[in-house]
Amino acid sequence: MAADVLVIGAGLHGLSTALHLARRGVKVTVLEADYAGRHASGVNAGGVRTLGRHLAEIPLALASRELWHNLPELLGDDAGFVPSGQLKLAENEAELEQCRARMAELQANGFTHEVTIDRDEVFELLPTVAPHVVGGIWVADDGYAVPYRVVTAVRRTAQRLGVVLHEQTPALSVTQRGSGWQVDTPKGRFEAEHLVVTAGAWAGRLAAEVGEPVPTYPQGLMLMVTHRVAPFCKQVLGATGRALSFKQFDNGTVVIGGKLIGDLDFDARHGEVDIVRLITSAQTVTDLFPHLKHLGINRAWSGIEAFIEDDLPVISQSRHASNLTYSFGYCGSGFQMSLGTGERVAQLVLGEDSPINLDAFAIDRFQPLSSTSPN
Amino acid sequence: MNLEPIDVVVVGAGPAGMAGARTLSELGLSVVLLDEQCAVGGQIYRGIASASPARREMLGPDYAAGAKLADALRGSTVRHETGASVWQVTRERHVHYLQNGKVRSFAAKAVLLATGAMERPFPIPGWTLPGVMTAGAAQILLKTAGIGPQGPVVLAGCGPLLYLLGWQYLRAGIAISALVDTSRREDYWRARGHLLAALRAWPYLRKGVSLLRALRKGGVPHYTGAEGLQVEGEGQAQALSFTVDGQRQHLPASTVLLHQGVVPNIQFTQALRAQHRWDEAQLCFVPETDRWGALDVPFISVAGDGAGIGGAQAAAIQGRLAALGLARDLGSITPAQRDSTAAPLRAELEQNLRIRPFLDALYRPREENRIPPRDDVTVCRCEEVTAGDVRRFVELGCSGPNQAKSFGRCGMGPCQGRMCGLTVTEIIAKSRGLTPDEVGYYRIRPPIKPITLGELASG
Repeated sequence: MAADVLVIGAGLHGLSTALHLARRGVKVTVLEADYAGRHASGVNAGGVRTLGRHLAEIPLALASRELWHNLPELLGDDAGFVPSGQLKLAENEAELEQCRARMAELQANGFTHEVTIDRDEVFELLPTVAPHVVGGIWVADDGYAVPYRVVTAVRRTAQRLGVVLHEQTPALSVTQRGSGWQVDTPKGRFEAEHLVVTAGAWAGRLAAEVGEPVPTYPQGLMLMVTHRVAPFCKQVLGATGRALSFKQFDNGTVVIGGKLIGDLDFDARHGEVDIVRLITSAQTVTDLFPHLKHLGINRAWSGIEAFIEDDLPVISQSRHASNLTYSFGYCGSGFQMSLGTGERVAQLVLGEDSPINLDAFAIDRFQPLSSTSPN
Repeated sequence: MNLEPIDVVVVGAGPAGMAGARTLSELGLSVVLLDEQCAVGGQIYRGIASASPARREMLGPDYAAGAKLADALRGSTVRHETGASVWQVTRERHVHYLQNGKVRSFAAKAVLLATGAMERPFPIPGWTLPGVMTAGAAQILLKTAGIGPQGPVVLAGCGPLLYLLGWQYLRAGIAISALVDTSRREDYWRARGHLLAALRAWPYLRKGVSLLRALRKGGVPHYTGAEGLQVEGEGQAQALSFTVDGQRQHLPASTVLLHQGVVPNIQFTQALRAQHRWDEAQLCFVPETDRWGALDVPFISVAGDGAGIGGAQAAAIQGRLAALGLARDLGSITPAQRDSTAAPLRAELEQNLRIRPFLDALYRPREENRIPPRDDVTVCRCEEVTAGDVRRFVELGCSGPNQAKSFGRCGMGPCQGRMCGLTVTEIIAKSRGLTPDEVGYYRIRPPIKPITLGELASG
């Protein structure tokens, strides 16, 4: 069965792109080296966050937010999305000043989705937090979802619309023949007019093969989850002065992260957990919630994510070859953006005008290219 | 975090760990033996150092044999850390453990894992009711505290431990209502093929026969070929029902002790990403090792039941062999010294393992007790996931145990999948028409043992 578009990588960005293409009647085949959502997409912390984003990402994040709040319409499933709000805590006056500066910058650029709140407002939202907190930034429409449920819901919706998914089918090489593309895999050759590379940490290799290397490098991001505890925190929390991503799910477990880098065995496609490096996170959490000292850690894990030197993804048509589009390198911030970005990527593939400027994500922005630095 | 240097860390103070640690120390290596109990013995010889002569007598000669290993260890230079709960062993041989609420760590040149066996899950209707325990858990109460159940007790399942516990209960004066055996006549026929080999391990065989004879003499009703086991009761076990020869039986019981054999505890070897394979004779995953117990992870070896079920005596020999292998890898002895010391041990090990094919065939757990045919049977007790849930995940595209976690939190609770791992693998394999090897096992992640945020924060 011939496809119009081949997508390499069945993470959320690949599946979302496939879904949005299929909604426009395009025939899509997705190739996945492992299984859908195996790495960053399926095992991340699940934060649905517009808060604290790079200015260039904000329009994409806000467009995605519309879709998150209408998931049953898009996917026929709420995918566990809870619009809990996200709160970034300031633990001293200097941090609160940083929050105010951020707000001024956002307002100068016409964005109003983040608001600063004072100490009283923080304690009204979150009475259980330690008393040294002085304020923070609040986004009421942010929240969290269950990552693998999102992956599964997007996958199943895409498949219902005719998308064909081949798991355990790694792309060994990509070649352009005429205007179209062929991808060789251990399960045979796949061909289509268009190619989309959404291979996350593995995308850099494919881009380099086409002749447009990107300063991207893989990292294993660690998270840990606790045993169940009585509800004490509804919002997703971050901190201004230290790395923290923190939420309590409705089953009582608490997921703790915050861009914690673990060891990586990239060849084995495995992110290793080094719990010793989670000590700081445990300290941050017990500083903010002293009553959690006796809470057991159930499990720690790690997912492999693509990072790019300037901390922004590549969302771009190829500058070297026709009919080739990239979307990868989300630097640990791609989960929320995936739903909306998939639509933008579909528009790039079809040559439609995008209402959102993507210049900041162009693949040729790295000239002159600095060397790629695998971790 | 302070990493204390040491030659070898041995994890687990059962027979393999005790024997292995002592051998390593005798070869001039600095050895620390970490175990979470307050004394040596592991599960099989639990409480051996403190058991009174009367309790040793009640538990029998096999139990008392553990005292020799414990005495020998006491006379060695091995540093034994009690109450030490190992929660991570890395491929770089950093060993993290918790002791008195403090995180401590070793940087070892080599690691010997002797983490033994755990009881196979026994997922039948009602197995989550209060009053249902495993025979192993009941035996721990007997060994450490001399405690037995009150009210009518039924023992159900198969395997030597079940009969041994029944025998020990008789000697302790604890009444047993019945022994409900799931072994069938055809199991005896299948096992017959291995009988000749088993006869050469006569002491084992005689022991099994005498246990059953003692139970019969003790007046314990013995049902064989039981199927369709179901624990009945509202909020508490009240009876065990089952079918024998087409007749439904219903035995009142406030305590039901289930057991269908033990399987290797592979939490550490899995977390280390060592190669494992499915052992079709023992119906479990075992780590791939060489003949010295070495994993495909450098300088990390495994000995005892954790490498495949062989029993306590075999475990002690394997502990010595693994110690010799590691001592040679660390340059303490030459290959020739290793091989000459190992030769008599290998002969002894072979003698010990002769009975295994016979036991594995005779006490092969029935499929209906491993892969629940009924959809409403709980499989993952922590997250309350049923067999039907897992089968539905497969219909939705779930291809293995790791996705089952994502589909429905199966295996993600506090037991880290210990209680459901094999069941989930076998359910998915059967539903998809694949082998357990093809379906695989949970990726095991640290902490292997519980640690709190406060304990980690103080590390």
